[in-house]
Amino acid sequence: MSYLPFALAVWIFVVGLYGVVTSRNLIHLAVCLSVMQSSTYVLLLSIGYLSGGTAPIFADVPKGTRAVDPVVQALALTDVVVSVTVLALLLALAIQVQKHSETLDPDELRTMHG
Amino acid sequence: MSRPHRLGLFAVSAAGLTALLLWGVAGLPDFGHYRGPYGFVLNASAPGERHVTNVVAAVVFDYRGFDTLGEEFILFASVMGVALLLRDVRDGAGRRGDAMRSDAVRLVGLGFAGVLLLTGLYVVAHGYLTPGGGFQGGVVVAAAFVLVYLAGEYRGYRRLTPIVVMDVSEGSGAGGYAVIGIVSLLLGSAFLHNFGPLGTGGTLAAGGSIAFLNVATALEVTAAFVLLFTEFLEELSAVRAGARS
Repeated sequence: MSYLPFALAVWIFVVGLYGVVTSRNLIHLAVCLSVMQSSTYVLLLSIGYLSGGTAPIFADVPKGTRAVDPVVQALALTDVVVSVTVLALLLALAIQVQKHSETLDPDELRTMHG
Repeated sequence: MSRPHRLGLFAVSAAGLTALLLWGVAGLPDFGHYRGPYGFVLNASAPGERHVTNVVAAVVFDYRGFDTLGEEFILFASVMGVALLLRDVRDGAGRRGDAMRSDAVRLVGLGFAGVLLLTGLYVVAHGYLTPGGGFQGGVVVAAAFVLVYLAGEYRGYRRLTPIVVMDVSEGSGAGGYAVIGIVSLLLGSAFLHNFGPLGTGGTLAAGGSIAFLNVATALEVTAAFVLLFTEFLEELSAVRAGARS
């Protein structure tokens, strides 16, 4: 009866969301978004975990070895790489915002036009 | 809405969301008691069906290959977005020489770059046998190029990573993945369905088209990360040049 890993995923998600809502800086906001995103890795890998299971790689292991779910691992692995490039895109947008309006504070951005 | 109001509203809704999420995860199977069935089916059948030993790679490049195609294009689109956003405003200013003056750092850095490149290529090549694959190996290969820069060889780094070559590699990595899928169609099976000889299990010549998709992904990921790094680096040197003038 252990829900701790799932509770951890919820906690990471909510903490990241708190950061996004209270953010005063677009770079901080982008990092908080990636914190939120990393909660999905914890959740996915926790769901696929099997007590005593090995990695789903069957090189040099005896037949019938219990292994964890490979599907959630595949989802997490592609997303780790892709999310970095998306973060880079957000940071590039932040650079452009700074150049055009000389501020990174989302609250100040709202009142600016042109 | 003022900031205190917004925070108050967030506190209420976050409490509700947390309760909802906790209630949701409480209904999941206990940690460590994965019920399947997909993982069990794949673990049991993939090594026999595809002659590969890394089932994660088989999922990424075969059973869920279509999903990876989508991921590849997210990668492609965001790197193109970064290039569009950052290249637009730069006018080639800020070219600079090597800042690093230490011969020891340069020697060790360049020495390790070769080792890292080899490690990356190994991780890519054995991706469907042992832990690794195009995504992980691609990042390691890109890190080898970055190490050349960190060793103080800015000119060497730029010579090794011409933007045109990286642009073309990135495009052909993403496009090549789709083309391999179309080859499956031409051979009369479903899009991205595995084709080609499955080879002997546990050797490099195994897995059929998994190997091609693996290489296409490695090309895409390497070029994407090198391009991202180069774009931000050029941005930095443009900013520094602006600060000096």
